Amino acid sequence: MSVPNSDKKTTSSEEVVSPNTPSVMDTTPIDLGHIEVLQILNEHGEVDKGLEPDFSDERLLEIYRAMVLARAFDTRMMTMQRQGKMGTFAPNIGQEACIIGQVASLTKEDWFAPSYRSFGAQIMRGWSMEHLMRLWAGFHDGFPPPEGVNDLPFSIVIGSHVLPAVGIGMGMQYKKKNDCVVVNYGDGASSQGAVSEALNFAAVYKAPVVFICENNGWAISTPTSKQTANEILAAHGAAHGMPCIRVDGNDILAMMCATKEATERARNGAGPTLIEAVTFRMSLHTTADDPTVYRNEDEVKMWESRCPILRFATYLTKKGLLDSGAIEETLAACEEDAIKARDAFYAMPPAKPEEIFDHLYESMPKELQAQREEYLRRLRQKGVE
Amino acid sequence: MVEAVNLALSQEMERDESVCMLGEDIGVNGGVFRATKDLQKHHGEERVMDTPLAECGIVGVAVGMAMYGVRPVVEIQFSGFTMQAFDQIEQNMARLRNRTRGKYTVPMVLRTPYGGGIRAVEHHSESREAYWAHTPGVKVVIPSGPRNARALLAASIREDNPIIFYEPKAVYRAFREEVPDEPELMEIGKAEIVREGKDITLISYGAMMRPCKEAVSDLVDDYGIDVELIDLLTISPMDTETLAKSVQKTGRCVIVNEGQRTCGVASEIIARLNEVAFEYLEAPIKRITGFDIPFPYFQVEEHFLPESEEIVLAIKETLDWQ
Repeated sequence: MSVPNSDKKTTSSEEVVSPNTPSVMDTTPIDLGHIEVLQILNEHGEVDKGLEPDFSDERLLEIYRAMVLARAFDTRMMTMQRQGKMGTFAPNIGQEACIIGQVASLTKEDWFAPSYRSFGAQIMRGWSMEHLMRLWAGFHDGFPPPEGVNDLPFSIVIGSHVLPAVGIGMGMQYKKKNDCVVVNYGDGASSQGAVSEALNFAAVYKAPVVFICENNGWAISTPTSKQTANEILAAHGAAHGMPCIRVDGNDILAMMCATKEATERARNGAGPTLIEAVTFRMSLHTTADDPTVYRNEDEVKMWESRCPILRFATYLTKKGLLDSGAIEETLAACEEDAIKARDAFYAMPPAKPEEIFDHLYESMPKELQAQREEYLRRLRQKGVE
Repeated sequence: MVEAVNLALSQEMERDESVCMLGEDIGVNGGVFRATKDLQKHHGEERVMDTPLAECGIVGVAVGMAMYGVRPVVEIQFSGFTMQAFDQIEQNMARLRNRTRGKYTVPMVLRTPYGGGIRAVEHHSESREAYWAHTPGVKVVIPSGPRNARALLAASIREDNPIIFYEPKAVYRAFREEVPDEPELMEIGKAEIVREGKDITLISYGAMMRPCKEAVSDLVDDYGIDVELIDLLTISPMDTETLAKSVQKTGRCVIVNEGQRTCGVASEIIARLNEVAFEYLEAPIKRITGFDIPFPYFQVEEHFLPESEEIVLAIKETLDWQ
C-alpha cells in the first residue's frame, strides 16, 4: 500500500532526511487551471462518434431499463407517500443517468456508498424495491443491505459517509484486494469539512476510491452558486492531487465511460478519481419540501429538455434497439414491477417494537437488559403485542 | 504506564495481522508521548500509519477499515482534539452496527490521553468521558495504572464493539508497576474493588485513583476509617452491580471524577445508587469533581483538580453526617 511521505526514511546512521519540497519555486505537478469535461450524448440524443463506447446492445438495453425502473419506482413511492403509506423520502427523478452510470462498472466485491437519492443504483446493486420501501417506511430491518450486497447504508447527516467509504478502500489496500469503492455525495456535501478530509486521505494513501460528486444544482433551497465560490466542483479533486473530470450527469454513456476508467484506475493501484456529475434535481428535495418557494420554474423547464431517459431513448432508437412500442412496453413493465413491489411491501409483517435494543452491542450489557425489561413492561401496559 | 500501553499494542499487532494503527506522529516519531515507540520500525508503514492532521478523518477512515475487517487502533494526540471527530464517533463509529442490524461491525479502538496535571497548554487537559458515556454504541474504558492499562487495552483491541480508551496522561510516567511479559486480559465492563472496607465506599477511576489511594491510606492509618475503594475501569457500560453491593454494605459513598460536574460520571453513579441502594444509605452521597468551567490554564490547574485532602474531608463529613 502507498503511504504518505514514503520516501521519509531514517537512514542507518539515524540521520533524518527531509521529504519535503526544497524550494517554493518548485512548480506544482497539477494544473489547476484546466478541468476536463465529458459529454458523449448531447441533449438531442446525438452521439459523438469519436467517443462512442462499444457496450453490447444487451447491456445498453439493460441500463435503459434500469433507468426507467428507477423513475417508475420513484413515481410509485411518491404516490404512496401522498396516500400516507410511505415516509418522507428524496426523489431521484431527472438524475437517473448519473445514479445508474456510477455503479454500472462495479462488481459484487466492490463497495458502493450511496446517498439517500440513489434508489436506481441500489436496485442495480441488488436491493429489492420492497426492501427500499421498507427502509423509507421506517422499519429497522429496511436499513441493512441485502445478503451479498457490499453497500454502506446511506448517510443522513450530509457527507458523513464519505470518510468510512475511503476507509473501506484503505481496508482493501490493507488486505491486498484489487477491488474498489464508489462513493456518492452532492454539491451540498462538498462544503462539509469531512468530505475534504476524505478526499485528502484517499489521495494521500492512493486509496481505490471513485468519488462521484453529484451536482444537482440545489441543496434543498441553496443553489450551488451560494454553496461555493468555485462552481466547478471537480476542482476539489485537483486541489487534493487526484485526477478529476466534469461529466454531463444526464448523459448515461459519459457517466458509464468516466466511472469505468476511474474504477480501472483504482483497481490498478493508481489511486482515486473525482468525477463531478452535473445534473439537476427535477423534483422535490424530499416529500416535505416545496421548491416553488425558492426556485424558478423556467430553470426546471430548461432541464426537462435535457431529460436523461429521453436522450438515451433517442440514441437507442437511432441505433435500432428501441421503437415507440418497445419504449411503451418497457415503461409499462417497470410500472408493473413497482406495483408488485408495493404489494409485496404491504404484505410484509409489522415492525417488532421489542427489537430496538438488539444490535447496539455484540452482547447486550446488563444495564441495557434492564432498560429493555422496563420498555417491555411499558409495551405490556399499553397492550402492545 | 506508557510502556505498558506500548507493550499491549506491540503484542496485539504480533498476535493478529489485522491490527493496525493510525494517528498523527505515531510512526517515525513514536507518538508525542512515545506510546507507539518503535512499532512502525517493527511492523512497517502499512500497519503503523502516520496520517494527515485531521482527527475527524482519522476516525472516519478507521470506521471504514473496521467495517471491512481490519482492526484499527487510532491514536488521537490529546482527548481535547477528539471533538474534531465527534461527527464520526456519533454518526458512524457508535451507530453502524445498530443501523445495519449487526450486518456490519466496527471493531476499533480510539486511544487518547486525557486529563490534567502535566502543565499543558489549553485544550490538552480535558476530561470529557461523560460525552462518550452518553453515546449509545461505544464502550468507554479508563485504566488507572500500568498493569490494568495493558490488560484492558489488549482486551479492547480484541472486542468486536467500538471502544473509546482514555489514558490518564498524568499517570503515563508517574509510577512504576510490575507488568507480566505474557499477555494478560481484563474483562471490560467490570469494576475492581481495590481495597475492601466496611465504613464507606469511595468510587473513582483513571488519574483520580492516585489521590483516592493517598486519601485512603491517610484515613486508614490516621483515623482508623475502613474505606472500600472501587476503581470503575469501565465507564460505559457501568458495573452498577459492584457499586450497589458495596454501598448496600457500607451505607455511605463518596465519588471522585476529574471532569466537569454537571451530567458527569459521578452524577450518573448517584442516580443509579439512588435507584438500587437508597434504603441502605446513612448519608447523602457526596461528589468531588472538576467545576463547570473550561479546564483552567496550568498556572492554577492544581486547584481545579480534586486532591487527597479534599477527599479525606469529604469522607469524614459523610461519616459524621446525621
